[in-house]
This record gives sequence, C-alpha cells and structure tokens, in this order.
Amino acid sequence: MIKLSHVEKTYQGPDGPVPALKGIDLEIASGEIYGIIGLSGAGKSTLVRCINLLERPTAGSVTIDGQDMLALSDSELREARSHIGMIFQHFNLLSSANVYDNIAFPLRLAGKPESEIKAKVTELLRLVGLDQKAHQYPSQLSGGQKQRVGIARALANDPKILLCDEATSALDPQTTKAILALIQRINKDLGLTVVVITHEMQVIKEICDKVAVLDGGVIAERGRVLDVFTNPQQPITKEFISVLLSNDLPAAFRGGAVSQEPSDGAYMLLRLTFIGDSADDPVIADMIRRFPDVEVTLLFGNLDQIKATPFGRMIIGLRGAQEDIQTAIDYLRSRELKEEVIGYVRRNDTPAA
Amino acid sequence: MSDAMTLLLLKSLGETIYMVAISMVIASAIGIPLGVLLLTTAPGGILAAPKLNKVIGSIVNAIRSIPFIILMVAIIPFTRLVVGSAIGTTAAIVPLVVAAIPFIGRQVETSLKEVPYGLVEAALSMGATPLQIIRRVLIPEALPSIIAQLTTVIISLVGESAMAGAIGGGGLGDLAIRYGYQRFRPEVMLATVIILIVLVQLVQFAGNTLARHLNKK
Repeated sequence: MIKLSHVEKTYQGPDGPVPALKGIDLEIASGEIYGIIGLSGAGKSTLVRCINLLERPTAGSVTIDGQDMLALSDSELREARSHIGMIFQHFNLLSSANVYDNIAFPLRLAGKPESEIKAKVTELLRLVGLDQKAHQYPSQLSGGQKQRVGIARALANDPKILLCDEATSALDPQTTKAILALIQRINKDLGLTVVVITHEMQVIKEICDKVAVLDGGVIAERGRVLDVFTNPQQPITKEFISVLLSNDLPAAFRGGAVSQEPSDGAYMLLRLTFIGDSADDPVIADMIRRFPDVEVTLLFGNLDQIKATPFGRMIIGLRGAQEDIQTAIDYLRSRELKEEVIGYVRRNDTPAA
Repeated sequence: MSDAMTLLLLKSLGETIYMVAISMVIASAIGIPLGVLLLTTAPGGILAAPKLNKVIGSIVNAIRSIPFIILMVAIIPFTRLVVGSAIGTTAAIVPLVVAAIPFIGRQVETSLKEVPYGLVEAALSMGATPLQIIRRVLIPEALPSIIAQLTTVIISLVGESAMAGAIGGGGLGDLAIRYGYQRFRPEVMLATVIILIVLVQLVQFAGNTLARHLNKK
C-alpha cells in the first residue's frame, strides 16, 4: 500500500518559493489502478515523483508497504526504487542501446548474471509482444513499441508498483488503447499496484478503479471512478468529464435560453444517467407506453463503459400537462437511474406562441 | 625536393603525430573525467556540489583564456619539473596537455549536457548509483558527440603543436618556420602546409566516420 500524508513540495524559484503540492493525503491500496488527473501545472508529475522520491517532499510522509521512504539511506532508497517500476511520457530509452539492452539495463544495474538476464529479458519481450524486435534500436521503433520497451524495462526487477507518468500522452488513440490494455493486463496478471498520471479523462475511464482530481496542488475530488463520473462535485471534475461526455443539445434547441420556470409549449429537459445493468433496461420505452399523453423527445444519448461497467447518459425533453409530466418523472425515479432536471427550453424553430 | 628534405618532412610529420597523440591521450584521460565533473557537480546535477563546481569552472576558464603561445612560455618551470627540460618534442607535450585538458573538459561537458535529463531520471528511478549513471547512461549516450568534440580538439592540437615547434619542439610547424620561412624555401613551406591540410582532413574524416557509426539515434 502506498500512503502519502500531508505531502508538500515547494520549489525555490527565482521570485521566491513556488508551492507545487500543498498537503496531499492519498492512500492507494495494493493491486489497485489509481488515476491522478490534473491540468498541466496541477502538480501531478511532482506528486508521482514523491512516491519514489525522485522529488523529495518538503513536508509530510511517504510510506510504501509500511516502510517510511523518507527515513531510508541512499543505498536503501536505491534498493527500494528498484522495486518500483516507472514509465514516462517520452519513454526515456537509451538511444545507444538496442531493445534487449534497454530491458536488461535495470538487471545489469542490479548486477545480475548474464544467463539470468537473458531468461528474464526473453520472458519480458514475449510479455510485451516484442520478441522480434530485440536487436533493433529505439529510433527504429514506433511510439507504441517504445512504450512497450519502457514497460518491459519497468517490470524487469519484478516490482510491486508501476508508476505511469503520462505514459500514453505522446501516443495516438489506437496505440493508447493498446498500451492501456497492456497495463491493465499486467495489473491483473502480476497483481501490480498501478499509479496512472494523466490529463486525459479517457485514460481514467478506461482502466482506473479510483481517481483523484488534482488542482492547484491539492486534491479537489477523489473516489471510485464510477462515482466521480456519475456524480462529479467540483467544477474542475465536471470540466474533465465534459470533454468525454458531450452535452450538446440538437440544433433546434441550441441557443434557446434555458429557463428554470415551466412555460407554455416549452420542453422540460431531463438528464438521465444509467449505470450498470439498468443501462440495458427499456426504461424510456416503458415510460412512453405508460404515459401516452406526455410527449417525449430524445435530444442526446450515449452509451459508454467505465472500466467494465456500462454507463449511459441521455437528455430527453418532456412536454405535456404538468401533472402528467410529474407522474412520468416519479416513474423514472422508481427505476434504477439518476435523473436531473436541467430546465425548460423551447424549440427555436417554432414560432413563439 | 631532395631525399634528405623528404626524410626531414617525414621525421617532422612523425614528431607532430607523436606530440598530438601523446598529448591527446593524457589530456583525454584527465579532461573527460573533468567534463563529467563539470556537469554532474553543477547545481541540480547527480553529484551536485555547487562550490566545487564553481572552483573547477573558474580554473578551467582561467587556463582557457591564456593564449597558447603565452601559456607555453609561462609554464616553462613546470615543464622543466615534469620532463627535466623545456626544449624538445617531449617537452612540448606538457603545455599541449595543460591547454587541452580544460578544452576537452568543456567540450565533454557540452556533449553530456545534450543527454536528455529524462534518461538520468529513468536510471535514478531504477535505483542507479551516480557512478552507474555516468558509466552506463551519460557516457554511452553522449559518445558520438564526445567523439565529434574530441576530433575538434585534435585538430586544434595540430595547430598548437606547430607553435610548440617554435620553441624547439620539432614537428611540421618547426620545419615550416626554419626551412620554409627563415631559409627561403617556399617548396618546403608548401609541402608542410599540404601535409597539414591532409592530416587535418584525415582526422576529421576518421572522427566523423566513428561518430556516425556510434550514433544510433
């Protein structure tokens, strides 16, 4: 388990101290994939470096599996670091060494015999699917292949923890998916604790169990990814999520002022969120069948997955008599979904009544 | 040109190569570690020691600011102490080495600076010691660039060795001055100039080829 308590990091800038982390408390359980998301400058890279002490916190404590990292001597720290794998945005491979030697690098640092190194590197090459590339140099590889080498190198010393610092930020969407799938497989097969630093909500959504949103050196919000996604509290979190989940209304409604008061001929806009099995239920069809007097118009719909959980979002417009609408909403409330009234809006292609 | 003159040319070429080669070997043995020290002891470096870095940097700058011809004369007592004489080809090696060490130090420092910090950070994250980082990351990654820089140093040593010839060091420069200039033998002057040009071309070609061969980027 990784435990950060009141971690602070302040850099000495030319114009005085610059705080990067302002008191971070974080617990990451073994075997978890924990995402830390933030805009650039939020302090996320500093935070992940405080785990293996590439950055020394100015205050607070860092404990890994009960071991106080800040109390370690230089050689003890090096030993501890060799059991924490790390991968980087720009891969940081040795350009002068081929794939084999890059993966063998941490083993050679540890002074392992060549026979053992050969066996381990061969196994790792197979794990990351680069058996054929052992004698190529990094400059001959694609970005995705370079990150696979980075992952193999990070796993060479059988670490218990893998730190990923923007590991997919330099990759295209397809390659990102493949690398994330690989990280997820490693997490499952090897039981590795994974800490993922990213500025992309997509990455969090794809593989993380939990997420912490970092903003201005503090954790603004944290929790299970599903909870944070379906019920974001902070504006910064909502912003990250909105990139992924479009809320745009169809053209006929766009531009019209959304009022909080019902008015004649206006649609009541309702945002529905379906999580898990309820995403598969024909809730809307049932509602239409039960309340034929309520006019239902579908304005936006999206079905997605958070890790393995189906997650649907929909915006519908309801129009009809007040009491009919109310009973329809009551019916929706009785089903396993979350609903939220956004407001009332008129179609802007119909003449005002 | 007479056979005797051809022999003299060959002998002088041999002396030049001897002076440059020996100076280069000794100066590299000290200058390369100096370059590593200049980089790694800088603030934020893996062996950060800002005060030491300032001291070394100042000494390097001081020696580099002395024109070679003056340095050569100024350190005569030191040369005498080291090789027992201030005259001769071997004696010329001492000022050449003294001038080349800080030059190599700065050139190597520049080469090492080009190694992305991310590589150092990656090695640190794997538990590498500072010495391992120097030996297994910085030097191998910077090697093509270091070779290119050392080639430049060799070429400037060829030039400086000619100056050393003026105080009795022998070599092609000495020959060109004594025979070509003082005895009005333009053909000797021309021959030495051509030999020097060919020598420099060969050194540059060899350096480029080696650097290119080592560069896997």
